[in-house]
Amino acid sequence: MRVQFDKLGIVIALLAAYGALWASFATLKPNRIVQGQAEAMLQSLPAWAGWGLIGVLVLATAAALFRTSPWIKLVAAVAALAALTLSIGYAATFLTPAGNSYARVSPASGFWILLFAFALLAADAITRLDPPPGMRVLFLVLAAAAIGALLMSGSWNGLSIMKEYSGRADVFWVEAGKHVELALGSLFAAVLAGLPLGILCHRVAPLRDGVLNTLNLVQTIPSIALFGLLIAPLGWIAANVPGAAAIGIRGIGGAPAFVALFLYSLLPVVANTVVGLAGVPRAANDAARGIGMTGRQRLFKIEFPLALPVILTAIRIVLVQNIGMATIAALIGGGGFGVFVFQGIGQTAMDLVLLGAVPTVALAFASAVILDALIEMNSRVPNGARSA
Amino acid sequence: MKVWVPTILRSLLLLVLIAFLVSPDSFEPLLKPLVQPNAPAIYNQGSLLSLTLLHLRTVLIATLAATIIAVLLAILVTRPFGAEFLALSRSLVNIGQTFPPVAVLALAVPAVGFGEKPTLIALFLYGLLPIFENTLTALTNLPRSVMEAARGSGMTPFQRLIQVELPLSLPVVVAGIRLSVVISLATATIGSTVAAKTLGEVIIAGLQSNNLAFVLQGGLIVGALAVLIYDGLSAIEAMIARRTGAA
Repeated sequence: MRVQFDKLGIVIALLAAYGALWASFATLKPNRIVQGQAEAMLQSLPAWAGWGLIGVLVLATAAALFRTSPWIKLVAAVAALAALTLSIGYAATFLTPAGNSYARVSPASGFWILLFAFALLAADAITRLDPPPGMRVLFLVLAAAAIGALLMSGSWNGLSIMKEYSGRADVFWVEAGKHVELALGSLFAAVLAGLPLGILCHRVAPLRDGVLNTLNLVQTIPSIALFGLLIAPLGWIAANVPGAAAIGIRGIGGAPAFVALFLYSLLPVVANTVVGLAGVPRAANDAARGIGMTGRQRLFKIEFPLALPVILTAIRIVLVQNIGMATIAALIGGGGFGVFVFQGIGQTAMDLVLLGAVPTVALAFASAVILDALIEMNSRVPNGARSA
Repeated sequence: MKVWVPTILRSLLLLVLIAFLVSPDSFEPLLKPLVQPNAPAIYNQGSLLSLTLLHLRTVLIATLAATIIAVLLAILVTRPFGAEFLALSRSLVNIGQTFPPVAVLALAVPAVGFGEKPTLIALFLYGLLPIFENTLTALTNLPRSVMEAARGSGMTPFQRLIQVELPLSLPVVVAGIRLSVVISLATATIGSTVAAKTLGEVIIAGLQSNNLAFVLQGGLIVGALAVLIYDGLSAIEAMIARRTGAA
C-alpha cells in the first residue's frame, strides 16, 4: 500500500517545523514595555516539559501529515493546542526570575505560528467532519469551558497578558459589560427599527431605493468620523431636551457610539429584510391569500418565517461587525475592550493590546459560530417548502 | 429619476471634492459655525491634499496586493491540485471575517512597528476576504455548457483558465475589489491610531481637540472618495459584464 500524504498536512508540518525549530517560543522582558529577549522552546521550559511538548507536536504533525480520519486529526489538533497553551503558561513561571515582579513573559512568534498551524488542522478536521449545527455549538462550548478552566486554574498567571489583567480585573469586566451592551444593544435597536422599515420598503416600492441609498451612504462614512460627528448633536440634545441627560444621553461616551453602531447596523437589516421578503415564493403567498389569510396573518405566518434565514444572516453580519467596531468607541470615551487596545498602543505595551484584542476576537468568533448554527437550523424549513 | 441625474450628482461631488482639496480655505465660512470662535476650521497640521493622496496610496497598494494574492489563491483551490483546500479555504474566509480591523491593526504593531506597515497589513488581510470569496464564487459557478464547450474544443486546462474562466469571472472579481476598496478606505482611517499618515489623522486631531469641523472634513472626504470609487468600479464592472455578455 502506498502511503499518501495530505497536502494541507505538508503545509502544517512546514509551519510547525519552522515554529518549533527556528522561531522563538517565549520572550522574557525586564519590564512591560521594553524589548525582550527571545528564547527557543527548549530554553523556555524544563527539559521534561520541553521534550514532552515536542513529542506531542511531532505526533500531532504525523496525524496531520498522513491521510487519516478527520476525528483522529481533530483529537491530534486539540492535544497539540492543549499542550501548547499549558506549556506557554509553564514557560512563564519557568523563565521569570524568582521574586522579580517587573519581569514579563509573553508568547513569541514561534508560539503563535504553532498555534496557527494546529488551529488550521482543527479547522480543517471540523470542516471535513461537517458537523450539524448543534454539534458545532457544542464544540464551541467545550472550547470555551476548556479556556475558562485554564484561566481559573491559574496556570497562565505568570504570563504578561494575565498580569495586565490582574492589575485591572475590575475595569476589565466593566469594559467587557460596556462592550457587549454596545454591540448587542445597538443590534437590538437596529432590528427593532430595521424590520418594520424593511417591511415598509418591501410593500411601498417607491420608498425602497431612497431608503437603501441613504443607508448605503451612511456606510461610507468611516466609523471614527461618524462617532465624532454624533458628539455634537447628542451633546445638544442632552443640554436642551429635558430628561435626555437623565437616561444617559451625553455628547461623549456611550451614546454617540451606540447611535453610530445603530446607524451602521440598519443597512444590513433593512436590505436583507427586503431581499428576504422579495424571495418569498409567489405561490406561497397566493395559497395563503386563497385560504383567506389577512395581510397581517400572511406577514407573520408565511412571509416572515420564509424570510427568516436571510434576516438572521443580516443579524450575524451586524453582530460580528458591531463587536469589532465597538472597540473604536473607546476613542470617544464610550468604553469597551478598545480602552485596553488604545491604552496599550499609547503605552507601547503590547500585552495590554492583547488583553483588549483577544476577548474581542473571541467574542466575535463565538457569536459567528452561534448565529451560523441558528441560520442553518432555520433554513431547513424554507428549503423544504420551496422544493415541495 | 432621470438616467442622467445620478451622473450629474457624481460629477458635482467630484468637483466639490477637488475644489475642497485644492483650496480648502475657501470653504472656511461653511465650517466656521461648527467650531469655537478662535479655533481653526480647516485642518492646519498638514496639507489635506497630500493626506488624501497618501490615504489613497495606502489603499491602492493594499488592494493591489490583496487582489493578486486572493485571485491566485482562488485559482489554486479551484484546480484539481488544490481541490483539497477548497472547503478549508471557505471556512478560513468565514473565520477571518470575524477578526475586527482594530484588533488586526493593533496585533500587527508588535511584529512590524508603528506607521504605515501595520495599516498595510490590516488592509491587505481585510481586502483579501471579499476578493477571494467573490473569485471563488465566480470560478465555481461558471456555466457548465461553456466549460464543456471549451473542453470539447480541445483547450488545455491553462488555456481554459486564461481564455474562458477568468474573463467570465472578471465582473464578479471586480465586484469583490469594489467591496474591498470601500472597506479599506474606511479602515485606513483607523490606521492613524498607529501613526499611519492617512485622513484618519484629521479626524483624530478633531476628536482630541474637540473640533467638529476637523472630524467632519476628514469623514466627508473619505465618504466622498468611497462613493466615487464605488460608482467608478460599478461602471467598470457593468462595462466588462456587457462585453463578456456580447462576446
